[in-house]
Amino acid sequence: MYWTYLRRELSGRKKQTTIVAAGLAIAIALVIIVNALSAGVRDAQAQALESVYGVGTDLTVTGAQTEPGEGGGRGGPQFDFGDDEGTTDDDGTTSLSQSRLMTDFLRGTIDAATLDTVAGIDGVAAASGALSLTNTTFDGELPQRPDASDTEGTDAQQMPADGQSGDMPGGGGGFGGGSFDVDSFTVLGVEASDTSVGPLSAAQVSDGRALSDADAGADVAVLDASYAASAELAVGDTVDIGGTAFEIVGIVASTSADADTAANVYIPLDVAQDLSGAGDVVSTVYVQAASSDQISSVQSALEEALPDTTVSSQSDLASTVSGSLSSASSLITSLGTWLSVIVLAVAVALAVLFTISGISRRTREIGTLKAIGWSNGRVVGQVAGESVVQALIGGVLGVALGLAGVLAVTVISPTISSAPAAENTMGQGGPGGMGGFAGPVSQTAADIVLTAPLSLWIIVVALLLAVAGGLVAGAFGGWRAARLSPAEALRAVA
Amino acid sequence: MTMIDRSATDAVAAPATPAYRLAGVTKTYRQKGRVVQALKGVDVEIAQGDFVTIQGPTGGGKSTLLQLLGALDRPTDGHVMIGDTDLAKASAADLERVRATEIGFVFQAFNLIPTLTAAENVDMGLEPLGLGRADRDARIADALERVGLADRADHRPGELSGGQQQRVAIARAIAKRPRVLLADEPTGNLDESMRDDILAVLEQLNAEGLTLLVVTHDSAVARRARRRLRLDKGTIRDITR
Repeated sequence: MYWTYLRRELSGRKKQTTIVAAGLAIAIALVIIVNALSAGVRDAQAQALESVYGVGTDLTVTGAQTEPGEGGGRGGPQFDFGDDEGTTDDDGTTSLSQSRLMTDFLRGTIDAATLDTVAGIDGVAAASGALSLTNTTFDGELPQRPDASDTEGTDAQQMPADGQSGDMPGGGGGFGGGSFDVDSFTVLGVEASDTSVGPLSAAQVSDGRALSDADAGADVAVLDASYAASAELAVGDTVDIGGTAFEIVGIVASTSADADTAANVYIPLDVAQDLSGAGDVVSTVYVQAASSDQISSVQSALEEALPDTTVSSQSDLASTVSGSLSSASSLITSLGTWLSVIVLAVAVALAVLFTISGISRRTREIGTLKAIGWSNGRVVGQVAGESVVQALIGGVLGVALGLAGVLAVTVISPTISSAPAAENTMGQGGPGGMGGFAGPVSQTAADIVLTAPLSLWIIVVALLLAVAGGLVAGAFGGWRAARLSPAEALRAVA
Repeated sequence: MTMIDRSATDAVAAPATPAYRLAGVTKTYRQKGRVVQALKGVDVEIAQGDFVTIQGPTGGGKSTLLQLLGALDRPTDGHVMIGDTDLAKASAADLERVRATEIGFVFQAFNLIPTLTAAENVDMGLEPLGLGRADRDARIADALERVGLADRADHRPGELSGGQQQRVAIARAIAKRPRVLLADEPTGNLDESMRDDILAVLEQLNAEGLTLLVVTHDSAVARRARRRLRLDKGTIRDITR
């Protein structure tokens, strides 16, 4: 009799059932879509970060931020041309070319021995270090060679932003009428022995070979595929790094089709340290925790053991992701979450109001049921059951609607841009100030396809939310029905 | 006023336990700030198997008395005995049990569930008894048969006439095999021929031993009763001639 009565009542009140179910359906669909998009954004962020920091990197250790002028940084590469630098043509034009390999001048380096300290921390599964450098090349032509009395303006000349060409200020320092090009690319000195953690863990060899232990001390380099294509370089060619010719032995590409690897060029760490003159230091130590549960404790241990460094986790990293991915993340996590909470609350409130209103309309019916012997509990159970079934109908519809929304996102496959950290350009502010993974600089922004992954758990939770909404409405309705005195109920309609 | 018991049974039979014994029953309501005394010291006994009507003007206390007899409410003072149970002192659970097993109720407006069939409406009355499916189906069939609606079991109230709907309500009331059947203006919404049909059904049930207590304005109905009571301004008197 219970299900017969319930079924007949709901079908007899189709309009009310439809409104309540529709309200809950919209709320449940929103919950599913927002959760799926949140998961998609998290995946996209992880993908964006993987291309720079590699797969499996849970934490990074970087040096403290420095002001320009501190810690050996002098706010930009210094080009120093001696009297005999360059070649002079018959017409007096002097061609100058110089390369400089510099560390990030806005963030201090850390002693390479830190790697041993890190590896010794309980909970650390793997650690590797890398030295982040920028190779800047000055190529210029001067219409006449400046003599010794006019060299004040030439020594330690500060260069403007990279990649710029332009005329030298005419008449100043005796240069007048020259032209120059400043080009730069990023170089990462890496430990070839362990690529399970760090930027190269997210890269695969597309030509040639990867760096190996045998390359220690050798002037060999591996190039990022995008950079190699733009610079028209291939395996077997050479690339000038800091004035030294490096043989290109391999090309690597990111495992993510839409992203570049962490640097343009990869060379052995010891060679990078020598060539840059930085010494036995690294820019970043990449750390992999033994399990995700231990990330927090490892981070605390690292911060205690290395108080002069910055230890950052993946969640700190998320704040460094810029571009439309960052906007999507904010939109979904704040607006999306609040919207789904508000809509769910409104849907439940609607269900409660309709249920209470329904009880008021059924005063005589409920009074009659009590008069013919139905107990309070039986009446309340019937009312609650009707609410729960209404809510379940809404929940099932909501799941269907949510799945359709997720499918739509998957079919549309929107592309969003992301940049895990700001590019480190000469003379400009680097990635400092974010307190995040500020080691190696990123390449160009990556375009990532936003997905909306679903898990069975989300669907179960969504259905449970619908049932909970029905129970809340049923509780209010049941309370109202229980309070109805059969005598008063029958008197009310007599 | 104390009523002298006038049993409807054969005088030589040993006096059976009355279906109802009311002693000093008073019911007071608070309505819009003032106190209304609906019943004032009602004393009456209803014999087992009797057919009693209660007449009186509107506001005289008839519905209130019926609700007390139906265990829908408790008196402010006094005792309402049904069998050995004093409804005045019974717990809420006991009142529910009495309503479920001892009392059948028929309403002026039929009070059927419009979305359920005749058989299902009768089944609603059996729901509290916790009987097995076979037993319930048998009782439903029997009850509908007794009111002459066996062929209308699958019809919904909207497909039945007023008289047929009231017969379904009676079937619902008697399916549980109650001690008494209380009817509040059972013919109030019916025309003359339907009224006679219903009265015939009620009389038949009474002849089979069911105690009937009917509240009515209709003197034609009252004339069919074996005993007539009048309730006026909260006091009761026997007007049977």
